[in-house]
Amino acid sequence: MTEIEYDRVPKVAEASGRPELSARLRSFWESKPGLYGWLATVDHKTLGIRYIVTAFVFLGLGGIEALIMRIQLAQPNEHVLTPEEYNQLFTMHGITMILWYALPILTGFSVYLQPLLLGCRDMALPRLNAFTYWVFLFSGIFLYTSFLIGAAPDAGWFNYVPLASIEQDPGPNIDFYAMANIFLGISTTLGGVNFIVTILRFRAPGMSINRLPIMSWGTLTISVASVLSIPAVSLAFFLLWMDRHFGTHFFDPATGGQPLLWQHLFWLWGHPWVYIIVLPALSMVSQALPVCCRRPLVGYSLVALATVLTMVLGFGVWLHHMFATGLPTMALAFFSAVSLVIAIPSAVSLFAWLATIWTGRPDFTTAFYFFAGFIIVFVIGGVSGFMTASVPVDWQLTDTYFVVAHIHYVLIGWNLFAVLGALYHWFPKMSGRMLDETLGKISFWFVFIGFNVGFFPMHISGLLGMPRRIYTYSPEMGWSTLNLITSIGSFVLAIGLLITLVNVVRSLRVGRIAGPNPWDADTLEWSTSSPPPPYNFAVIPTVASRSPLWEARLGEPQRSQPERGFVLDHGKETLGTTMLDAVPDVIVKMPEDSLVPLLLSLALAALFTTMMLEAWWWLAASAIAILVITVAWLWPRQSLGEIEGSTP
Amino acid sequence: MSLVEEVQPRRLPVGSVGHHATGWWAMLCGIVTEGALFGYLLFSYYYSAMQPHTELWPPELPHLSLALPNTIVLLVSSGAIWFGERGAKRGNASEELLGTAAAIILGIIFVTVQFFEWHNKPFSIQSSAYGSLYFTITGFHMAHVMVGLLILLAILIWCWRGYFGPHRHAYVSIAAIYWHFIDIVWLAVFFTIYVTPYLTGRS
Repeated sequence: MTEIEYDRVPKVAEASGRPELSARLRSFWESKPGLYGWLATVDHKTLGIRYIVTAFVFLGLGGIEALIMRIQLAQPNEHVLTPEEYNQLFTMHGITMILWYALPILTGFSVYLQPLLLGCRDMALPRLNAFTYWVFLFSGIFLYTSFLIGAAPDAGWFNYVPLASIEQDPGPNIDFYAMANIFLGISTTLGGVNFIVTILRFRAPGMSINRLPIMSWGTLTISVASVLSIPAVSLAFFLLWMDRHFGTHFFDPATGGQPLLWQHLFWLWGHPWVYIIVLPALSMVSQALPVCCRRPLVGYSLVALATVLTMVLGFGVWLHHMFATGLPTMALAFFSAVSLVIAIPSAVSLFAWLATIWTGRPDFTTAFYFFAGFIIVFVIGGVSGFMTASVPVDWQLTDTYFVVAHIHYVLIGWNLFAVLGALYHWFPKMSGRMLDETLGKISFWFVFIGFNVGFFPMHISGLLGMPRRIYTYSPEMGWSTLNLITSIGSFVLAIGLLITLVNVVRSLRVGRIAGPNPWDADTLEWSTSSPPPPYNFAVIPTVASRSPLWEARLGEPQRSQPERGFVLDHGKETLGTTMLDAVPDVIVKMPEDSLVPLLLSLALAALFTTMMLEAWWWLAASAIAILVITVAWLWPRQSLGEIEGSTP
Repeated sequence: MSLVEEVQPRRLPVGSVGHHATGWWAMLCGIVTEGALFGYLLFSYYYSAMQPHTELWPPELPHLSLALPNTIVLLVSSGAIWFGERGAKRGNASEELLGTAAAIILGIIFVTVQFFEWHNKPFSIQSSAYGSLYFTITGFHMAHVMVGLLILLAILIWCWRGYFGPHRHAYVSIAAIYWHFIDIVWLAVFFTIYVTPYLTGRS
């Protein structure tokens, strides 16, 4: 270190034709080859792909659990599973899909895409980004070790007391869920913090808040919601763990505790969570569908506002999961009304997509097929939600297969269809190669038909009174044919997903080379190579509209400059900008690769394991390890511009 | 603002600088989530308190003889860390060290008094839902104070080594805002547990 640099006037230059700049940036940003680089990397692109792959593995696990259940339910009085095995499978299926697949897959796309969409070089907190990935992975492994000892969670994903109390469920089953949920909550909360800071502070100069890519609106909204809502469920599980092992009485009515407190805390998180795991998917559709339709999104401002409004309302509807618990009529009326009102912002997005297709010139690509299929199931899932928002209908339908049908239309329809479309849209950027369109369309038809054949009949079996969570039924109930159809549909859906998996594996080797912008799209991620270099952009781009690569085509002067801007090459640097106007504000020194995030997440895994085993001395040792590693992580460093001059 | 102005090169701070620092923004978000956590804790308290009870809630009116002075101790510690932060910004190392050290000492006094307060309670965490909530809510706050003390201790060591000054003091600001947060949350906890029983007019 020579002289300490406290401030600087950055150079402005063109990116193109400067190989020495690229080489220089690469030396700062590229992870080392080999095991160290693999474990220590903080590159958001590597981590984003890891998130996506890991989340798809959890989708596979949850899917296999579902298929085993569908074999059990295909015929009346089957004996494939015992009742206890069935309980564990439906619980793990729900937990896996809702917690370890649905948000992590969207987080993966966001971790990969947000810095590229925003025109910066990494997430705001790169080491935290690596940490949240490792915590996500280890919490999932932690959860699945419960299967190894035959004691997976078995009280349903919403885990009501008193069923989940120590008296009713004395094994370690519920404790696995409690610990794993709190463990994962750390990842999700800190991931939310990282997105908030990245989106508010790391946008390219000129990308004022009204030019924010619509996908970033989704991620920003749900990140704020995660930060606000996750403490409720972490607290609920902590209190339950205390009740189960330390003789407290939070949920015990005999001494003034309240069983319904569990439901309140759970759904105070649970309902916002439903929107958290679909809004980024909706916003990916809003981002990619217009590209397929060759025009900007219709009603950008309305869609952005609808996204935020849906989330705000989503915090005020948790009681609609509790209509059947004997609440005051006034509360029922209020929460029913708010639940119905949510249809309005959802309809705004819906009509914006329809208008975009209507007034555009769609390219009928696989991505477009999935987005169109998404819109159809979006409507069906929305209507069944609207129905159950009405109190008398809910009283009739709660805990029946109608609700199971609704949740799957919402979670598969709104999440998985959008994710598959997004995969076909952004895979070329991530891999540099195109996915095969023919295989993609075959996959779409299997998924779309299998999904509807599988899940639509569930509405009817629900109306015929089939309760959810039963492990079998007798032939006299009249549900046999419907269940057989559902089971067949679920396998067709699984085949459709396998075809896309084959497509991905095949295209990684033999797919057509994509080039930087195969879809001729409008946002900044398409202005850099596919896959992007480790530093994303050789110079920080400058943005003057919502579609920086389409300005000339839209009849405006080309004012955005993806290839010209600040040259930040005095080490690993990127630009911080102001929150609303995105005016350059600070040159941020970014941390290099580090094993510390991995070590800290391992120490956390040790902490939760020792809590499960009630091994208090080991728990103390884990806590000390966490403390030491955290201090090492945060120790102020000259290279990050954290301390004054004179000291080394 | 026109584009030409936006790309106009101008002098920018480099590194982790005051309220420009990424860590500052991350800490603000962290405070929001921690604030939500306490919100849910107090929700659990009020929800349980409002339901019909066979026993008194709380079992006895809470004594203010230790809790009220202790609240003032914690508020004064916020003033101390503000003074220390000001010292860092001005490059005055002795003010910086004095303020941080005073905040730590006051924080330790708070923790010690709080342990006596716990010891004096006639109920335990296991005796009733009220006891469970009382010890869990104050326990969560104590845990935050302890973490805050560790953070302040680290800041003190780093101040001692001369790390911070007029150019770079983001760490001190980040620690200070966290400490202020812990103090403000205590006011909400104190109001809920110690003051509301006096307001509900129990006989």
